Amino acid sequence: MELRKDYFADVRKDGLHEIGQGRPRLDSPGHVTGKTAYFADRNFPGMLHLKMVRSPHHHARIRSIDTSQAEKHPGVVKVLTANDVPHNVYTILILIQIGPEDETVLADGKVRWKGEAVVAVLAETERAAQEAAAKVKVDYEVLPAVFDMEEALKPGAPLVNEYHGQNYYLYDSGECRKVRFGNVEAGFAGADHILEQSYQSSPIEHAPTETTGCVVTPEGNDRFTCYTNTQAMFFTLDNTSIILQMPGSKLHFVGGTVGGGFGGKVDVIVEPIAILAAKLTGRPVCFIYSREEEMQISSPRAAEKVVIKDGLMKDGRIVARKVTGYTDAGAYSRHSPYGAQKGAAHYPGPYTIPNVWIDTYCVYTNRTPSSAMRGFGVTIGDFALEVQMDKLARLIGMDPLEFRFINAYRDGDMKAHRQPTEGAALIECMQEASRAANWPVAEKYMAMSSYRKEA
Amino acid sequence: MAKVPVQFTLNGSEKAEFVESGATLLHALRDKIGDTSPKGGCHQGTCGACSVIIDGELRLSCLTLAETCNGAAITTTAGLAEGGVLHPLQRAFLDAFATQCGFCTPGMIMAAKVLLDRTPNPSREDVVEALSGNICRCTGYEPIIQAVLTAARANSQNAA
Repeated sequence: MELRKDYFADVRKDGLHEIGQGRPRLDSPGHVTGKTAYFADRNFPGMLHLKMVRSPHHHARIRSIDTSQAEKHPGVVKVLTANDVPHNVYTILILIQIGPEDETVLADGKVRWKGEAVVAVLAETERAAQEAAAKVKVDYEVLPAVFDMEEALKPGAPLVNEYHGQNYYLYDSGECRKVRFGNVEAGFAGADHILEQSYQSSPIEHAPTETTGCVVTPEGNDRFTCYTNTQAMFFTLDNTSIILQMPGSKLHFVGGTVGGGFGGKVDVIVEPIAILAAKLTGRPVCFIYSREEEMQISSPRAAEKVVIKDGLMKDGRIVARKVTGYTDAGAYSRHSPYGAQKGAAHYPGPYTIPNVWIDTYCVYTNRTPSSAMRGFGVTIGDFALEVQMDKLARLIGMDPLEFRFINAYRDGDMKAHRQPTEGAALIECMQEASRAANWPVAEKYMAMSSYRKEA
Repeated sequence: MAKVPVQFTLNGSEKAEFVESGATLLHALRDKIGDTSPKGGCHQGTCGACSVIIDGELRLSCLTLAETCNGAAITTTAGLAEGGVLHPLQRAFLDAFATQCGFCTPGMIMAAKVLLDRTPNPSREDVVEALSGNICRCTGYEPIIQAVLTAARANSQNAA
């Protein structure tokens, strides 16, 4: 691997002795010998299996739940409903003061998406748990549902989540996250061209090879050890502590070995109910998503819609950008208010634009709750922004790479968030890309620098 | 559920167990015998993480009934290293950064071993074909393919 140490040699400390050298990963000897212990590699005597009864409806009121036949099924040890959960309504980011609590551990009175957990069944074998779960009778009154973000925002749309009171997340800045910089309407008025385009994406499932799950064992003294593949150990510990109303000192989480996650294992879904089950039965419990559940129940990347309007000069300068972004949270917040907020920060792109206006909405619909996935909130935004950049270049007959050189931000430029740019290297990256891809640009662009503003 | 006796050798050691009729070999290996090197990724024969070698053939242990393995010789990744020395495939996966989360690795190594046992000098296409039943979601396939080719070269050098 070639390491370019000549860039910014005069401004940076040169302590990069590790970069460019091979270093063995500490965990790979375990991986190649099959000795690495994933959570499901723990097996305890008398371990119970947990299976979830899930909503077959997108939106419904629960009239009644009858677990009597399931409880009589051979091998069944306990059946849990919302009444068994000490603090049943929670939200993951409450730990960083992002509320309100809006999601139930087990549905209470209502389900808001198809696949929502309603009743947990514990049995001696996986098969018995599955058979008994099929015997739980839930009487639903189906309610009108909404699946489209723009429909959800219209007056009179079915209300998805009463804990919010409206079908969008209420930020402290109002119904959306906002960025305001310069005067965007004046920018459009003075532009030679205006281009407005919409972009949208579907939800995407992470599909880790190891499915989500945990194994819990009671340790005596009302303490519990939870072997889990969570990607967010302290979110899981602290949220479990809140949901079960137990001090964290009673909970011992063992993790760090994850068979693929990509953001799909940062939600706190399996651990609280499995620990509660171990507490109420006094026995070890395992709760593992089947492959089908992993694909259908686990949070996907949010569907997004982005509307970008740009004002462009004939010489290639973007003089105004107005963006409206919509993030489909599904029925519950999980990490989506944060994803929508990241979008607001990201939509100016790595470009210097004097007039910017951005609104991003986190919208509730009766779809599977979305959450974290690899750069959530900005990945689809980047796709939209860069397709838009190509379209803008085409509009004025300019080379798309040269067009980006004209607009790339450089040190000292003021960003739309009123933070001066420092340590930019986009010009240099594009120069390298130009060489590597054999996509030549005019000499004046190869002479530019992010550091010195000579051109 | 009726229990049936089954005897086989696992990585050269004799094993005898009573298993439930209809139980998978994956379940028997992991939960009865305690060899957790085969992983359960999909339990429906599509991810390859549970691959083992039965009498020289690559098999998905999640689709193989334990009771059909009477008298068989079964090899898993846990049995590849001899006397603490890694198998050339294990060495190559380690050196080539062909493992990331590691969950697919035991299955990948089993598939690669069957290939190299039959085709000591495989082409890149041979390797791709042999690993086509194994899904990796994080490393990416290129380092894995390179590791198998590297192990094949190491083998042919040893033979020469």
